[in-house]
Amino acid sequence: MKVKTIRGNFVRCFPLFSFLVLVLSTTPVYAMHIMEGFLPVGWCIAWAILCLPVLFIGIKHIKDFQTDSKMTMLLALAGGFIFVLSALKIPSVTGSCSHPTGTGLAAILFGPAVTSVLGLIVLVFQALLLAHGGLTTLGANVFSMAIVGPLAAYGIYKAVRGKADYEHNKKRVLLAVFLAATLGDLITYVVTSFQLAFAHPGASFFGSLGKFLSVFAVTQIPLAIVEGIITTILFSFIAEHNKEELSQLKVFA
Amino acid sequence: MKKSTIVLLLLVVLALVLLPIFVAKDAEFGGADDQAEDVIADIDENYEPWFEPPIGDLPGEIESALFALQAAIGAGLIGYYIGTQKSKEKNSKQANA
Repeated sequence: MKVKTIRGNFVRCFPLFSFLVLVLSTTPVYAMHIMEGFLPVGWCIAWAILCLPVLFIGIKHIKDFQTDSKMTMLLALAGGFIFVLSALKIPSVTGSCSHPTGTGLAAILFGPAVTSVLGLIVLVFQALLLAHGGLTTLGANVFSMAIVGPLAAYGIYKAVRGKADYEHNKKRVLLAVFLAATLGDLITYVVTSFQLAFAHPGASFFGSLGKFLSVFAVTQIPLAIVEGIITTILFSFIAEHNKEELSQLKVFA
Repeated sequence: MKKSTIVLLLLVVLALVLLPIFVAKDAEFGGADDQAEDVIADIDENYEPWFEPPIGDLPGEIESALFALQAAIGAGLIGYYIGTQKSKEKNSKQANA
């Protein structure tokens, strides 16, 4: 009887174990934003130009909220969440550290355009004061962390939630939040890998992409799950206390 | 969300954060982004970074202080929000009683 359970556990754990071995055999690299000076000038300008229209729309939306103190409070909360999560460097199974993005919550509440402005503030703070990320790579980092990641999170939230209503189907809505935040975080770093591979294709684009993906995306997997869980907990608190605002923002139906 | 669910979820978070420290015992878990730069150096041997961070190379202690500041700003905003909502909830309950 006992032997059977042990064998059962072993069989169940085997995929996890082999995954860990695979992950641990890759070289440890510290995965975060693209570093200052590490993208050629052309790419820096191109990514920055791509970000401008989205940032412009985001600032316009935020101006509309300004008169509503409850909305401003939620906006500050979403911004604060990005500040905390992107300040926490967390160890990952690859033997290196990275940090979550925290942009999923803002994307679910306000959509990707407003989130791009909040992300920009955090990235400027880090580039100026922390020598983390960079001013020249700001466009590329805003594009991945503050635009594509949040856009993915927003889309996933809407798709998974479908027509579920928070009052009647809390589990479905919270599952949508979890998946949106987790995958949005992961997709951010997948985009970062693509950006680096475009700029530094070396002998082959896909070879280069593989290297950057194993560095940036694999490290991020456990952190993305952490971000998903924390976002879900905070979202459930907001959902209980700001029902009106969330309906107004069309977060519910 | 029920309190017990939240506690359970936070334990999962704690496990996810602590697990790597025990699994990858010999790893450095260092902070520098130097290693990501090595990958680029590996692919593009001749690539030279063309811009330096304006603040320069920060001593580790000061960098961690600034990261703590960033987290503190964010945590302050979240704490303020939760505190305000809780007291509102309390006030409206008292008004209804």
